Amino acid sequence: MGEIEGIYTVWLREMIRYFRQKERIISSLVMPVFWLLIFGGSMRSSIDIGNVDYKSFITPGVIAMSLMFTSVMSGISIIWDKEIGFMKEMLVSPVSRLSIVIGKALGTSTTAIIQGIMVMLIAIATGLHISIATFFLVIPVMLLISLGLVGIGLSIGSVMNNVEGFQLIMNFLVMPMFFLSGALFPINNLPTLLRIIPYIDPLTYGVELLRYMIVGVSSIPFITNFLIVSAFSTLTITLSAWLFSRRH
Amino acid sequence: MQNELKLRWLIIEDDFMNVIEVKNLSKVFKNNFKAVDGITFDVKEGEIFGLLGPNGAGKTTTISMLCTLLKISSGEAKICGYDVDSEQSEVRKCLGLVFQDTTLDDRLTARENLELHARLYGVPKEKRRKRIDQVLKMVELEEKENLIVKTFSGGMQRRLEIARGLIHYPKILFLDEPTLGLDPQTRKHVWEYIVKLKKDYNMTIFLTTHYMEEADELCDRIAIINNAKIIALDTPKNLKNSLGGDTIILDVNDKDIEKALKIYKNAKRFDGQIILSVKNAGKQIEEVLEKCRKNKIEVIEANIRKPALNDVFLKMTGREIREENVDLKEQLRRRSRGGFRGH
Repeated sequence: MGEIEGIYTVWLREMIRYFRQKERIISSLVMPVFWLLIFGGSMRSSIDIGNVDYKSFITPGVIAMSLMFTSVMSGISIIWDKEIGFMKEMLVSPVSRLSIVIGKALGTSTTAIIQGIMVMLIAIATGLHISIATFFLVIPVMLLISLGLVGIGLSIGSVMNNVEGFQLIMNFLVMPMFFLSGALFPINNLPTLLRIIPYIDPLTYGVELLRYMIVGVSSIPFITNFLIVSAFSTLTITLSAWLFSRRH
Repeated sequence: MQNELKLRWLIIEDDFMNVIEVKNLSKVFKNNFKAVDGITFDVKEGEIFGLLGPNGAGKTTTISMLCTLLKISSGEAKICGYDVDSEQSEVRKCLGLVFQDTTLDDRLTARENLELHARLYGVPKEKRRKRIDQVLKMVELEEKENLIVKTFSGGMQRRLEIARGLIHYPKILFLDEPTLGLDPQTRKHVWEYIVKLKKDYNMTIFLTTHYMEEADELCDRIAIINNAKIIALDTPKNLKNSLGGDTIILDVNDKDIEKALKIYKNAKRFDGQIILSVKNAGKQIEEVLEKCRKNKIEVIEANIRKPALNDVFLKMTGREIREENVDLKEQLRRRSRGGFRGH
């Protein structure tokens, strides 16, 4: 009971902070809109991807991008809490370290899902066709994907004490992870030698999972995607919980 | 038989009354720096206990260990009977904390900060509202409850933190340099709250400070800490009395100085003044003046000086407590306690 309340409290705080920064919500939608409308619209004929048009093809990729950039913010949030001192307030409370991590993870995931849904709505408004059932089924999948990415952010945030260092690491990790994931191009189009790279990028399986659900096509079977994404999320969340408890 | 029973009862009661028990507590940081070196003390229920010392003496390290933020290196510490090492969750439930640096979420409102705290400490829903109203009123912030904390002044933030530390009705309130960086008026204000807490709720208060007058004014007992060790522990009065009493300073007419020195063999001469060490200046000044009159020594002015805690510290360490006294060793210590790498 106490721990559930603790998790809820940490989550609640993330929500209050998120909704208080309206300008951040708006600005985080600029990139996805750019990709969807400009790239998705203009590159229609330049890439051959079977029966699917390019805009539909990259919609899951852009959703994944949104999930990713929002999720790794969990790391900044931890570092920021240390900076303003609020971390101490949580650490000396009776709530366990594990609950703090879970609360943080769920909080950031929730914001990531909200971003993801907004991107999906923009895509629908500009011509994407999906059923209502699919729309609601995508949400738990978004949660699964974002938890894995939140775990990366929390793990790095747990061992770092300044925002600059975190951003440096993130640039070396997030950007390659996104561009190599097949979010923007079909991985089967890559030369055989390079094709191995997307397969070692965990985000690839997330993108493929979303693509299967939203567009109905994927290069990798659904079940493989699902299992790998689940395993990855379990791994990073466990790692972040361990690192956080050890370091604080 | 009855005496024995009574004695045993007294022992039990005595045990019960110590809400903080610290034995040979030490903290050695990874860089082999000994921040706290084998300190021992007890704090009784309802007491205001002060840990007084210069910056870098080990005060914050001590408080961090007592509130389970830092792992202890050796020794033992019990809060309300719970071990700080093995019963952390229980310990955390019974204490409230106000840190040296602010730990509020400055993007939230005052009420939201209090609300989160109440939830973190499991205060039941039906009591939350009432208690938040109560503590806001106590620190006179009820009209600012819906303002974002970022807009608060330093004094208001400190008051809000004190209020927050009280929501879960802690048995012990830890205050780490509660008035650091506050203006004199706000400082007085904070002192009043502290005294009120003790009076109205019989709350035990453990505070650290490097302000002499703060320790003197507030504390029932003071432990003076210097270079990681406790060098004195007693009531402010006893500490000052340990210096041997008061001082009477007589400003006498120049021609009478030699005469006065003959009468008072133990007196010291300083800049045309006669300095007498006495047990109780208030009582003895009459006698002294009377004696001077009899011996025709012209006294221009007579002053009494009560010993201050500063004198105690000066006598024990050979230096004064001052902000500027940050030598290399202390800088090192500050650095090592600054981060979150305690464990």
